Amino acid sequence: MTTGTLTAGRTRFRLPRKQIPVLATLALLLVMYGIGVSQYTAFSNVQVIFNVFIDNGFLLVVAVGMTFVILTGGIDLSVGSVVAMTAMVSAALLQDGMPAALVLVIALLIGPTLGLLMGCVIHFFEIQPFIVTLAGMFFARGMCTFISGASIPITDGFWTSMSQERIGDPRGNFVSISVLIAFVVVVIAAYTLAYTRLGRNVYAIGGNPQSALLMGLPVGRTRIAVYTISGLCSAIGGILLSFYTLSGAPLIAVGMELDVIAAVVIGGTVLTGGAGYVFGTVLGVLVLGVIQTLITFDGSLNSWWTKIVIGGLLFAFILLQRLIGIRYK
Amino acid sequence: MTDSRPVLTMTGISKSFPGVRALHDVNFRLFPGEVHALMGENGAGKSTLIKVLTGVYDTDEGAITLDGEPVSFSGPMQATAAGVSTVFQEVNLCTNLSVAENIFIGREPRLLGAVRWGEVRRRARALLARLDLDLDVSAPLGSYSLAIQQMVAIARAIDIKARVLILDEPTSSLDASEVAQLFRIMRQLRDEGIAILFVTHFLDQVYEIADRITVLRNGGLVGEYLTTELPQLSLVEKMIGKELDVLEGIEEHSRRDLAALEEGTPLVAVSNFGRAGAVEPFSLTIHAGEVVGLAGLLGSGRTEVARLLFGADRADGGQVAVDGEASSLRTPAQAIDHGVGFCSENRRAEGIVADLSVRENMILAMQAARGWLRPIPRRRQDELVDKYVKALNIRPADPEVPVRNLSGGNQQKVLLARWLITEPRLLILDEPTRGIDIGAKTEIQKLVTQLSDGGMAVLFISAELEEVLRLSHKVAVMRDRQMVAQLANDESLDADRIMQTIASGSHREEADA
Repeated sequence: MTTGTLTAGRTRFRLPRKQIPVLATLALLLVMYGIGVSQYTAFSNVQVIFNVFIDNGFLLVVAVGMTFVILTGGIDLSVGSVVAMTAMVSAALLQDGMPAALVLVIALLIGPTLGLLMGCVIHFFEIQPFIVTLAGMFFARGMCTFISGASIPITDGFWTSMSQERIGDPRGNFVSISVLIAFVVVVIAAYTLAYTRLGRNVYAIGGNPQSALLMGLPVGRTRIAVYTISGLCSAIGGILLSFYTLSGAPLIAVGMELDVIAAVVIGGTVLTGGAGYVFGTVLGVLVLGVIQTLITFDGSLNSWWTKIVIGGLLFAFILLQRLIGIRYK
Repeated sequence: MTDSRPVLTMTGISKSFPGVRALHDVNFRLFPGEVHALMGENGAGKSTLIKVLTGVYDTDEGAITLDGEPVSFSGPMQATAAGVSTVFQEVNLCTNLSVAENIFIGREPRLLGAVRWGEVRRRARALLARLDLDLDVSAPLGSYSLAIQQMVAIARAIDIKARVLILDEPTSSLDASEVAQLFRIMRQLRDEGIAILFVTHFLDQVYEIADRITVLRNGGLVGEYLTTELPQLSLVEKMIGKELDVLEGIEEHSRRDLAALEEGTPLVAVSNFGRAGAVEPFSLTIHAGEVVGLAGLLGSGRTEVARLLFGADRADGGQVAVDGEASSLRTPAQAIDHGVGFCSENRRAEGIVADLSVRENMILAMQAARGWLRPIPRRRQDELVDKYVKALNIRPADPEVPVRNLSGGNQQKVLLARWLITEPRLLILDEPTRGIDIGAKTEIQKLVTQLSDGGMAVLFISAELEEVLRLSHKVAVMRDRQMVAQLANDESLDADRIMQTIASGSHREEADA
């Protein structure tokens, strides 16, 4: 197997192999949408799509952060808890009467700080990301209940206006501000990955960390950066979730990290790192959202069917990646 | 050359790892516009010296100067920035990135922080054109062969206004024409005034391209010589520290009567054995005590044959007989049950468990064969390990050292010992001597001879025809994934005839086997 390709100049099957998973996700999304439209007349309403974005804006932002981490070959299990902690801290501080602007700043600092710490532990002590972020997950979840055992409502004016503001077209279709924020995060992330050294280093480390080190790339700094970015995205996701629910609840977003990982993987990012796109992650989140919508439209199906379908899809996509990987490597 | 000032000096360098003294008081200097070969056996300290130089390791003692200024690099990045670039033995690039990106990552041309991809590709094409390479710079590096990847690594190294280029065994996976291309590039760079530090195990290559030679042995400096003033034989003597008479005696062995060996029931006989896309169906018999050489170019299907016989890949069809009884070799476990052992050519990825100790690595296969519920008593382990550490002259002779602290040749010996401990009846050795020094090579060749005298059958795969000829009773020749001939190793067989068979793919000789 190893000697088969040594002849000079001979090249193996080229290209869009890297894009195949993303294309597969896109095709899947279109098929699912087609099914929805053919089954339910109301499904073709544009607002259905917009609602998918409104309901999953925070998930999308967190998934973008996770994409950075998974591209380096790492994993971040703390995201769900950090989302909850951010919402809790915001709700608690607002309840104490702190100005909204200051609350935003503090809430947006907590996530990245925790991410930075976890990144440092992972890098300097050479500990598996899985276990470090698992610790982070427990820590952040514990902090939630430490702040309050019960849900804290948010009545702040800025929060309620962000929650209720509708940006729409004349025909009455609309999105929330959260969707726009998520969109901005996606664009910045896609640009960062494609056009900045940080982004390219992320791909290099995911491809081969040893090589990246010997090529003189700042492996440690980049690795710490991706966990910080993931922490920041979780913090933004937490704020968006608190806009959406107008409360902070200690047990919200439990298990969300797994949905996020599923979305990223279904979006075509390879779990071992080095290949994947933010655009794929957007598609992955949409796939999850459309599955939920289909099941809601059906009305008779238990919502756990969402999990069953996601489970099946995850299997299928991991197998697809493996099949491509076998030939590509 | 000698009257100019050295661009780089290393003085009194020492470096130790737990349990291993890798370098001791080594001096080294490098002049502009020369190719300087760093020679030594495996474990002599060549790789360590390079890693110390480029800042991968800290020095325990000693000083490094660049252009007369003392320097101490914190890592390859800083060394590279100062003009000291390294192309390591294994290609250290990212196969998931494009060719162009691999050349420029870390120093891409940018505009306001954004990578200018058009410019990256344009410059990559220009740089590769200078090296006479015509590649699609947007294609992922992984779609090209190792040889091409090596050239891309060199392109990356020289783009950084390098004044010192370190090539750590760049030729170990290249074929002759690729080596020629590499040497052309090296000469061109040398004439441009770049100082090249060249590490290789191929003596002929040293004499073809090096101006000066520094020899290390056991972590110490033996001396620095002009290539023209150091005959090849003295070089080898300096490397291994003893007279070179060890090869004698091996020669006679293989010329024994093949007919006598092939009288009994074959140990393993396969017919119409093949796998679509890997190797065409072939037939082969191997008898106890017989060494069957497998010759052919890289990529001709040699490894594929080995993997089929070991059950690592599954054959599409064909018959297998072990000891004359119909059987199968569909999984490695089955093969091991039949007494087949397999030393893979890819020791880093498929063989050695780097974090385990020498002892633990050695007993792995035996333990697997016994089943995990029957641990091997520690005393028995120590006995076995001691025996093979001595027999194979593994250095350092400490069974508790993690294998990753050993040099490549010594790792290879550990891997060999792992299978020898299981006392296989058929041992498949895939390129056991590639990338290891002449001393270790000789020891392994001697061992193969001894093993076959003791009744073990060996399938010996090597790109070096001399080696195959020296050891084998019978040589099977691979060409384009076909076994094109099986030649008895008698008086009439020489390297030329094997070469001709490889070149012409003649089937005529099959009657010989």
